[in-house]
Amino acid sequence: MSETQYLAAKTIDEAVTAHSKANGSARFLAGGTDLLVQIKSGIKKPKLVIDIKKIVELNTIKEVSDNEFVVGASVSGANLNRNNKFTKLWPGVIEAFRLIGSEQIQGRASLGGNLCNGSPAGDSVPALIAAGCIAIIAGPDGKKEIPIENFHKGPGKTVLENGEMLVSLKFPKREINSSDAYLRMTPRTEMDIAVVGCGVNITLENNVCTAARVSLGAVAPTPLLIKDASDIMIGTDLNSDILDKVANLCIKACNPINDKRGTIDYRTKVAGVLLKRSVLIAIDRIKGN
Amino acid sequence: MNEISNKWIGKNTVRPDGAEKVTGRAQYSSDTTMPGMIWGHVLRSPHPHAKIISINTKKAEALAGVKSVITSKDIVDFPLDTPVILGIQDMRWMCRNVMARDKVLFHGHPLAAVAATTEAIAEKACDLIEVEYEILPWAIDIEDAIKDDAPILHDHIQFNGKPSNIAGTLEHKKGDIEEGFAKADVIIEKHFKTEAVHQGYLETHSCLVSVAADGRATIWSSSQGQFMVRAMTSFLTGIPQSNIRAIPAEIGGGFGGKTIVYLEPLATVLSQKTGRPVKIVMNREDTMRASGPTSGSKSTIKIGATNDGKIVAAQGIYYLQAGAFPGSPIRGAAGCSLAPYDIPNAHTFGYDVVSNRSKVAAYRAPGAPIGAYGVECVLDEIAEALKMCPLELRKINAAKEGTKAVHGPVFPKMGYIETLDAAINHPHYKAPLGKHQGRGVASGFWFNAGGESSAQLNITEDGNVVVTTGHPDIGGSRASIANITAELLGIHHDRVSVLIGDTATIGYSNLTGGSRVLFASAMVVTESAQIVINQLKQRAAKIWGIDEDAIEWENGEARPAGDNAGKFAPLTLAEIADKATATGGPIGAGYQVNTEGAEGGFATHICDVEVDMDLGIVRVKRYTSIQDVGKAIHPDYVEGQLQGGCAQGIGWALSEEYIYNKDGHLDNTGFLDYRMPVCSDLPMLDTVIIEVPNPKHPQGVRGVGEVPLVPPLAAISNAVYQAIGKRSYSLPMSPPKVLKIIEGN
Repeated sequence: MSETQYLAAKTIDEAVTAHSKANGSARFLAGGTDLLVQIKSGIKKPKLVIDIKKIVELNTIKEVSDNEFVVGASVSGANLNRNNKFTKLWPGVIEAFRLIGSEQIQGRASLGGNLCNGSPAGDSVPALIAAGCIAIIAGPDGKKEIPIENFHKGPGKTVLENGEMLVSLKFPKREINSSDAYLRMTPRTEMDIAVVGCGVNITLENNVCTAARVSLGAVAPTPLLIKDASDIMIGTDLNSDILDKVANLCIKACNPINDKRGTIDYRTKVAGVLLKRSVLIAIDRIKGN
Repeated sequence: MNEISNKWIGKNTVRPDGAEKVTGRAQYSSDTTMPGMIWGHVLRSPHPHAKIISINTKKAEALAGVKSVITSKDIVDFPLDTPVILGIQDMRWMCRNVMARDKVLFHGHPLAAVAATTEAIAEKACDLIEVEYEILPWAIDIEDAIKDDAPILHDHIQFNGKPSNIAGTLEHKKGDIEEGFAKADVIIEKHFKTEAVHQGYLETHSCLVSVAADGRATIWSSSQGQFMVRAMTSFLTGIPQSNIRAIPAEIGGGFGGKTIVYLEPLATVLSQKTGRPVKIVMNREDTMRASGPTSGSKSTIKIGATNDGKIVAAQGIYYLQAGAFPGSPIRGAAGCSLAPYDIPNAHTFGYDVVSNRSKVAAYRAPGAPIGAYGVECVLDEIAEALKMCPLELRKINAAKEGTKAVHGPVFPKMGYIETLDAAINHPHYKAPLGKHQGRGVASGFWFNAGGESSAQLNITEDGNVVVTTGHPDIGGSRASIANITAELLGIHHDRVSVLIGDTATIGYSNLTGGSRVLFASAMVVTESAQIVINQLKQRAAKIWGIDEDAIEWENGEARPAGDNAGKFAPLTLAEIADKATATGGPIGAGYQVNTEGAEGGFATHICDVEVDMDLGIVRVKRYTSIQDVGKAIHPDYVEGQLQGGCAQGIGWALSEEYIYNKDGHLDNTGFLDYRMPVCSDLPMLDTVIIEVPNPKHPQGVRGVGEVPLVPPLAAISNAVYQAIGKRSYSLPMSPPKVLKIIEGN
């Protein structure tokens, strides 16, 4: 029974300094929906828990310029969901985030926490990658920015080093005629974990795709940006032949495991199916259907 | 049957436990606490099969805060050669299940327990117990357990003259199946497989036990039978039954899984040794690993019918997992599977197979869903081969009053055919289906049970009624008993309180199981009420100074009758109670009996599913369960039982399964990966209540709670076939499995 200290940091500096000093034995606490469960079940035994919800910047949703958002790392799902403009611009991110846990969990869980937990199956991560979102990180040497697709190193592992903390998520300025979508496969309709997750984000001009990003979760040790699949969509009208090709590239990019949640064969097939379905949803959203 | 006015019977009265439960005040067993209480924790095996070479508890005992450490040496041993049966359990297996002796037989098998001043210290002390194991090869699945070179769990168990994991068999025979199959125009034989599934009660096992300085023990625990808890704890600790008082707590779900003890004997011994009250609470992981699921199974079903749809022969061979100790519900599988049908030649055979899994416990109609699964799926194929409506096929062969069942008894009046007619005529059966949707039907039977019950019915000083029975209420028995009591006494339902007594305050009552509680307790409550009504008439006779025969009890009051009619103003229950002291003292009566006449229950279910053909996901779109319930005393509760059974059946058919990894460990010990359906997975589960009264019961009651879990596995399988055009012969029909079937691999 090691004792755990609790610190409610008021500033980024205070949090980062405390974490740095703890030399790897500290954990940041946002909503706690992963961390507290891990502590209770004995998977993680931090000596110091640093609560970051009281740091204003981390708990703020900011529209820095028109249609350009920065979301603090500990903003809860319920709060983000109440921001009408953000939900309108990023319906795919919101629908992914909304899938995390129940209504009660939504009151606590944060986008930042979902990202830092490092699960290959984290629901919001493929949507964030597809969105082209950037992680803003504070550390002993100041702030730095990392695209979300480079944030994960492996299951449970991120680029964050001792003393580094995720501060916020910077979304690109939203172009008109753009939308996103996220679909996941789970055996249950709710309260489940993704067997495969797929996020897409596209821009259409006169029915021609001018920008596209496709991301898959739970099919590899980290969530993936499928660059080649994204690229071949650009300049096309996203007809069913193109989507078949995109789906095949997604299937090729899969490197899943066999486990109790799904087989390699099944996960790979599902990735292709979800890709096609989520692109169609994003197109519908752009067309206002 | 009594002639009854049905003022309260059949009414959806407010449930008596509702307010306490929704406001969080109901006392579940883990809510119980005592001054000086300490905490117990159980050390569990990390191996699926191993010899225990030694257990060294010295370091654990030396830890500050630890009060006692116990092992199998502290639990009464029952030698292997002498069965000691209590209900469906045998103490030889129980003593080894609550605390491993010589060998651990499954991952999670208890082998020591600690009591300490805090839960955390008790847990840490368990880590300090040093156990030397000799790891043995293990067998998890039936196929592996019955192979010639299978690792043997129990050396003394023999089958065909040599050590075996087949611990027992059970057979039912009627007519001559060879002769029957020779007459068949169509014969279909198929193999089926199901996985072990857990009852999934939200409240995990827990108890608080206080053994006082005089050696008397008090147990607070959540179970389906306080008398079962008392008896088993007595057997396993050696404390005489009369020195144990078991107090039932509110129960957070049981479904059969709480008809057995895990923690009570351990906490009792720890309390005995420390002189302190000891509380033990199992977490979800341990509950999944070490408390009973029901069996996984493999079975072969062969049915033959003539071209006109008459079943001429049927055979069912069942292998059921027992877990680490003998006792799988082969009786439910072999006995119930063919019961809905009048079949001249039939043979069912069950094998009880032990393997390195946790010991199975009862689960809603134990064994019967497994039995019905294969039979009802093969019947669907027979109907298809004969181009008949599957419900018509069942109707042609339906058992009815006078049919001799394959498992032995001759059926009295019962309502199976009524459920088929109701299904055929239900709008659901004719509703159009959408793309990739399919509809399936299936029927099911469960024995139901009678057994010992006790009741005490007291009139309070202010003229109301308190009824005490001896059965934990897991499905609405208190509300139903209040309805019946109000009906019989002719008073408002609100004036009846129903309580569950403990082992010291009410007479022996068999446990809550076998769908027996309302059947049995209604009988003893009815008898008690009759005695009390006679007492009330006697008191009125005294007050009026007339003969008691000249008094009738009507609408909650005594009225002068015959020559005396109209001579006195009626006396209400309250008025008589007010004068009780002057007329002879308190008014009340009890009744105790071993009830008989529980008759079986039948159901027919209709299920619509929709299949995502690219992902293999099956969603239930519409579900209707139709059941002969005898008499619905409290229809909302009856409907709830039907819906609950269907929901659990949907989980069993589509998403629930025990998954073991390559090390023989259960790999899905939480509700994230042990996928019980959540609310959004289910459509509205419609019910049709059929009432063909049980002729052997004063209110016509039949057991209700278990039958609803019997038909769903086949109804859903048959619906999936209609949706995708291919059949699945194994459960659960999980998305990867269904996609494979669709793709024809």
